[in-house]
Amino acid sequence: MSNHDITLRVNGAEASGSVEARRSLADFLRRDLGLVGTHLGCEQGACGACTVLVDGRSVRSCIMFAVQADGSEVQTVESLAPGAEMHPLQEAFRRHQGLQCGFCTPGMLLRSLELITNNPNLSAEEAREGISSNMCRCTGYQYIVDAVLDAAAEMRAEED
Amino acid sequence: MTVPEVREHPEHLEWVGKSIPRVEDPKFLRGRGNYIDDYEVPNMLEVAVARSTMAHARILRIDTSAAEAVPGVVAIVTSENVTDHVNPMPDFGPSPDKHTWYCLAVDKVRYMGEGVAVVAATSRAVAEDAAELIEVTYEPLEPLTDMLAALEDGAPLVHEALESNVPFHRKFTFGDVDGDFAAADVIVRDTLHWGRSGGQPLETVGAVADYDAATGMMTVHVNSMSFTHFLFLLANTLRVPSNKLDLQPHPSGGSFGAKFFEVKTATIAAMMARVTGRPVKFMQDRLDNIANGDHHGSDRYYEVELAAKSDGTLLSTRYKVVDNYGAYIQFGVGQHGNSLAQAVGPYRMSSIGYDLTAVLTNKCQQGAYRGFGSEVGNWILERMVDLMANELDMDPVDIRRMNFIQPEEFPYFIPTGNCYDSGNYEAVLNKTMELSDYKGWRRRQAEMRAEGRHIGIGVCTCQERSVFSATEFWFWFDEPVAAPVTSAPESVTLKVDAMGAVTATLYSNASWGNSPETMVAQFVAEELGVKPEDVSVVYAGSNQGLPATGPGGSRFTIMVGGAVEGASRSIRAKAARIAAHLLEANEDDLVWEAGGFTVRGSPDRRKELAEIALAAHMFKHSLPEEIETGLEAGHVQDHPYTTMPNPERTNLGVFYPFVGHASHVVVVEVDPETGRVEFLDYTAVHDCGTVVNPRSVGGQVIGGTVQGLGSTLYEEFLYDDDGVLRTPSFAEYLIPSAMDSPTLRVGHNETPSPYTPYGIKGGGEAGRMMAPSAICAAIDDAVGIRIRRLPATPERIVEMVDAADR
Repeated sequence: MSNHDITLRVNGAEASGSVEARRSLADFLRRDLGLVGTHLGCEQGACGACTVLVDGRSVRSCIMFAVQADGSEVQTVESLAPGAEMHPLQEAFRRHQGLQCGFCTPGMLLRSLELITNNPNLSAEEAREGISSNMCRCTGYQYIVDAVLDAAAEMRAEED
Repeated sequence: MTVPEVREHPEHLEWVGKSIPRVEDPKFLRGRGNYIDDYEVPNMLEVAVARSTMAHARILRIDTSAAEAVPGVVAIVTSENVTDHVNPMPDFGPSPDKHTWYCLAVDKVRYMGEGVAVVAATSRAVAEDAAELIEVTYEPLEPLTDMLAALEDGAPLVHEALESNVPFHRKFTFGDVDGDFAAADVIVRDTLHWGRSGGQPLETVGAVADYDAATGMMTVHVNSMSFTHFLFLLANTLRVPSNKLDLQPHPSGGSFGAKFFEVKTATIAAMMARVTGRPVKFMQDRLDNIANGDHHGSDRYYEVELAAKSDGTLLSTRYKVVDNYGAYIQFGVGQHGNSLAQAVGPYRMSSIGYDLTAVLTNKCQQGAYRGFGSEVGNWILERMVDLMANELDMDPVDIRRMNFIQPEEFPYFIPTGNCYDSGNYEAVLNKTMELSDYKGWRRRQAEMRAEGRHIGIGVCTCQERSVFSATEFWFWFDEPVAAPVTSAPESVTLKVDAMGAVTATLYSNASWGNSPETMVAQFVAEELGVKPEDVSVVYAGSNQGLPATGPGGSRFTIMVGGAVEGASRSIRAKAARIAAHLLEANEDDLVWEAGGFTVRGSPDRRKELAEIALAAHMFKHSLPEEIETGLEAGHVQDHPYTTMPNPERTNLGVFYPFVGHASHVVVVEVDPETGRVEFLDYTAVHDCGTVVNPRSVGGQVIGGTVQGLGSTLYEEFLYDDDGVLRTPSFAEYLIPSAMDSPTLRVGHNETPSPYTPYGIKGGGEAGRMMAPSAICAAIDDAVGIRIRRLPATPERIVEMVDAADR
């Protein structure tokens, strides 16, 4: 199997590697870059735990090949809180307990970030529909919806 | 043990009862959970399992030559030589020698997806490539998936050694069942079928094993450590001395039962680590977990009779249950012990008949799923109570209310022998009626129906038993019980260091998506006067400490609460001796308050815990000679209330005594054309005694309810008549999404347990134990059907509506 050289930007820094054509973006992030915050729940593109942002759009990194991300800008959960402070979205998830086991959380955070970025004034219905792309087996989603709405309000306030 | 002493709960609690933010969350929110698949070690191999493509077949030959030739493959173990490396898996069932299971199939495959070979290679991808090249020659045998067919003469045998497909059958009689039925005015009968669903946590089970040939130590990192005090059984499987096996726990990305004593994954990793001499990771993929994960939920067929007086007074229930366990029966019929722990629900009934047949078929075996079988019992009983209400033309709320066990009747002993410690069911129901605006909804329902809409309202009132005792395992054994186990401990060690900072060490892998660290931090804060966020919580490996059982049966919070209470008591006792010396006071004159000791009547004569701890650690020779250096204490909390089963098993003793309660009211709109169920309103009021962290319990209730919704409407591990698993991925096995889930109104009622620390009762399985009953009642009400089989998928609802119309 031949390898391919790829170069992309991950969480604002250049990352390059030589990968098999079949290497998923998720495995590249987890194994080659050590960014294990991106989780694998089903590896079939169904559950959304592996969600990352590629050029600002949410993708399921388990069914995207690393070579397809060549030249892209990728954002993983590790980018949200590079220092001591957590992102307002993470703080809102904590306040509302929008997580229990934490396994779907990175994907859920990135999907929520995309939703809020695209629609800072999203409604409860829009938040619920928006996160329905991602499975959570613990929370029943209710506190996640609460967290997304609260985070959106926080982020709007920060913008002002 | 007789009824334990009634505890006096403190009037004021500083931390218990507060919705503090969970201490677990920052690491999870940052993606730094240290889940098992995040863990890697140098030189590590990875494995993939080749699974059976047949439901039932004799293994004639396994050809691994092509697989071995794949570059990167290091070792392969197959069904043909697995017994050279390991012993059978631990088995708590009756006569395990008659239905033995190994980590791979031996001689024949007994379900589609059972492992036939395991490949260790330099990467998971290479291991999977090689696994696909393994050629197995099978002699097909007749597949058997229907539990009633399995009982017929001449049915194919899943285990020839058993000489039938029935590993367990017994007819239990608790109380005067015949007398109660003879005295009844009305008897309603029905047949009900609970389909098998399962926890399906988003993280599968994984293990990283490393065998040190020099020391003989087998270390396995796992996300499934539980029943820690039973791990000597796994040591036997792995053929290592029990003191040379160390399981290192990692947080679980959800369990819901699916990681309960799941040691097959660890066994496969450990076996390959010893075969290869290198560290080995086995991380199940989703198909491994669905098809071969050993944790499918209950799969039961019931014939039920409920007897009552004409005024609605319930008398007795007679159950004939057949349970399709699949190919093996690892936990015996423990799922039925859970049903029997609360067999009369919240109702006064004087007898229970329970004829139980466990059946083996060509499906993956059952394990644990949130409720451990008691959720099925709840659904059956509530279905029957609804049927009785219908028969007597009574309101479903009224028939429930009139049969409630009353607050002054506790402790209440049900016919099976179990104790309900306390409760106030009427208060819960009243709160539910109010919070849900039940009367208002009944009015609106009439209006909406007049507009041609199919609106239904469902009510349930159900129990949640909590904290199992090991005597529960006895009921499927006749006397003398081979291993009459009575222990189910939980432990903690608290260390106050020289700076007064507290570390709590836990001895089971408690982090399953529940909030063990938050619970422990709140308890330590309460007991030692520190702040919860300042408590450090760590997990010890299984070989390093005190006996523990771990989560299961909604036991952890209560048990670890008792452990923290006990350890704190020891720490305060030693601290008091030191403080008395430092303050030159009599120990009897010291008062513990706000994290320090004060001399009674002299508020300025005070030593903080940190000052005492510094002295305890650093100033040995300034203290009385008998005081040893350090300020640390471990405590083993045993089950607070267990009594023995009787030899005839007409009384199972007290084995699940802290019994919570809940009432749900559901309003749905059903489209009779498509079978779509839309939730218009959902109210859940729970009473799990004293609530430690209301937000956290709320999260458990909501999450559990949505899982119950999944079991009710969508989820089923479906095998066809050929034994082919039709739901091998999340594309077919449908987990509720955000769009399928209602927004709940959650209420709490608090009836403290008289026998547990702070009065806590378990609450982690609630939700799933109630939702199916309330949802089914609502759908029935909406479209005039009676749901007898779960899941009630849209297709099945349409079929029932069509049948009702004909």
